[in-house]
Amino acid sequence: MSEIVISVESLSKQYRLGTVGTGTLSHDLNRFWHKIRGKDDPYIEVGQENDRTSKGTSDYVWALRDINFEVRQGEVLGIIGRNGAGKSTLLKLLSRTTSPTIGTIKMKGRIASLLEVGTGFHPELSGKENIYLNGAILGMTRQEINSKFNEIVEFAGVERYVNTPVKRYSSGMYVRLAFAVAAYLEPDILIVDEVLAVGDAEFQQRAIGKLKDVSAGQGRTVLFVSHNMGSIAQLCTKGLLLHNGKVASNKNIDIVIEDYLEKNLSITSTYKSLEDNAKNVQVLWAEIVDEDEKPSDNFSNQEDIYIRFEIKNFSNERGMVCSIGLQDQLDRKIFTDQISIEANSGYTTFKVKLHKSIFRPNRFKVSIALHIPNIRLVEVIENALAFELVDSGSEFSLYGKTDNGFMIPPVVWEIEKNNLII
Amino acid sequence: MMNTFSGMKEQDEDWTLIIKPHSNLFDLQLKEVWRYQDLLFLFVKRDFVAQYKQTILGPLWHFIQPLFTTIMFLVVFNKIANIPTDGIKPILFYMSGIAIWNYFSSCLTATSNTFSANAGIFGKVYFPRLVLPLSIVVSNVVKFGIQFLLLLSLMIYFAFNGEQIHFGLSWLYIPVLIIMMAFMGLGLGIIISSLTTKYRDFTVLLGFAVQLLMYATPIIYPLSFLIGNKYGWLISWNPLTPIVEAFRFALFEQGTFSPVSLMYSAVFIIVVFFFGLVMFNRVERSFMDTV
Repeated sequence: MSEIVISVESLSKQYRLGTVGTGTLSHDLNRFWHKIRGKDDPYIEVGQENDRTSKGTSDYVWALRDINFEVRQGEVLGIIGRNGAGKSTLLKLLSRTTSPTIGTIKMKGRIASLLEVGTGFHPELSGKENIYLNGAILGMTRQEINSKFNEIVEFAGVERYVNTPVKRYSSGMYVRLAFAVAAYLEPDILIVDEVLAVGDAEFQQRAIGKLKDVSAGQGRTVLFVSHNMGSIAQLCTKGLLLHNGKVASNKNIDIVIEDYLEKNLSITSTYKSLEDNAKNVQVLWAEIVDEDEKPSDNFSNQEDIYIRFEIKNFSNERGMVCSIGLQDQLDRKIFTDQISIEANSGYTTFKVKLHKSIFRPNRFKVSIALHIPNIRLVEVIENALAFELVDSGSEFSLYGKTDNGFMIPPVVWEIEKNNLII
Repeated sequence: MMNTFSGMKEQDEDWTLIIKPHSNLFDLQLKEVWRYQDLLFLFVKRDFVAQYKQTILGPLWHFIQPLFTTIMFLVVFNKIANIPTDGIKPILFYMSGIAIWNYFSSCLTATSNTFSANAGIFGKVYFPRLVLPLSIVVSNVVKFGIQFLLLLSLMIYFAFNGEQIHFGLSWLYIPVLIIMMAFMGLGLGIIISSLTTKYRDFTVLLGFAVQLLMYATPIIYPLSFLIGNKYGWLISWNPLTPIVEAFRFALFEQGTFSPVSLMYSAVFIIVVFFFGLVMFNRVERSFMDTV
């Protein structure tokens, strides 16, 4: 077993909600008064779990509460969780841009964090000047940058532009240059936040390749935060799932992704929106029902699935289209279908039938959108509904979790020839 | 939990970095600042290069601003208000005052918004935050140097025209005085920048306080002008006064120079700077939450 390079013990971070104003001063004074009498911070006990959706009674929330984990050398830890689960806060603490309220973090070796590419890039400076400046901000010395300068320029593919101010760069060049500086940093521990969300597909592949190199080839430790389960699954060996500021799961990456999807995909067979008079086009409600019109989120592949929803349309625009789309749990699109709507059609209820046994067992998410093709997206309800198709004994159920695609289309097999002896 | 903890006890010293909620008040991590000296000079360079990109006159602007201020002061305070200049040629008197005052005020105002102006970088990456205010002080030395060159060329010009101009060993004190000014500006600046992270009121305060402070410092009048004045003590208790006076004395060998009051300034500066460092260090750890 390799050595432990990061050890996090009962790490917690408290934030105060609301604005900084006169009220803050009184809390500060009260805190100071407790401190000089040698008492504990009076506000440390009042923090609440960080659940954004429910209104709390306290102004203090725990963005992170009692986090414990260890990372070994060479591991690539994927940190996942919903928005607001505490991922960014954890990264901020690890990269020392803010300090914890309680708990400790211990680390071994040089740490570099890449929370955003191009931190400290100055638009007026040339590419070359920015490489040096950005490198130094990230902790490199002048000699280190000198020795890697050519590789950085080559990786970014900006040779012709090194002496031009970066404000004249295309946004792609800018990002490539910024990532290149960070990629050649060679720290022992690299902390990366969704920087891969930028750049074209080719560059993203290169960036992932580079990160893989860094971890597998050079034995460095990488902490990686992303919402993209695809790149997480490609890159990481271990996973850390955060939920409302607590560790929900910390195991091998495939298990953690599974846990995340289970938590994240709250299966809802109904969607309801308040009627908004300011909007003249709106999806009012949607539900998934079975043959008997009973709401359901669980189907076997011998059942038909119905999606019912009502829309309101008081728009004069012509050519409006209502579409529904199905996605799997990794957000891969499975199909989209649509129907056109007349201008000013008023209230309409649709019932869409999905035939039985055309999908493989999986969890599905349904999105509903109203748009004018190629012109304007009027309203879109991403993942309005979700349902699960349970494997009720298809021939593939034997293979467990292997990916066998989405569909069971009518495929016809024929044996044309079969000889025992040629 | 207890198990892992006791098992790790022996390798506890191996950690290169331990992040805890509260550090020792006097753990100033100056060694780390030293390691980032490359960054400091790159910041200085950035300030310079970026400031004059796409200007025609470029660094010449450093001449123009003090020149016009000097002319204005000369007309208003010398010719109109008839304030004496300690026997120093008025234009040199004002220009030297402006040079050293500009240095102090630009150090102070620029360092005082370290946190709020750089929240973008600070929120994304860690480096010793002190590097930024230090870089400001250094890049202002260069600007001061340019203004000083202007002053010097004027003095040479007057010397050629047969005027009595003092050039002497006392000039060796000038760097010391500049360093004192630098630490004064830096010390006050980082105190204010630490306070402004939470309470923005101080930015507003500083805006006019610096302006008022100039009138409480012998820039447009010599200290000797106040002898016998009821409020003269107010000016002499200003810790900037001895530095400005000593600066002029070193340059022209005229004015009021007293080692005792200069010592007073030095002690004041050390206290302010150290207090500022402790405060800055305290705030830099978590200012991102309040800025």
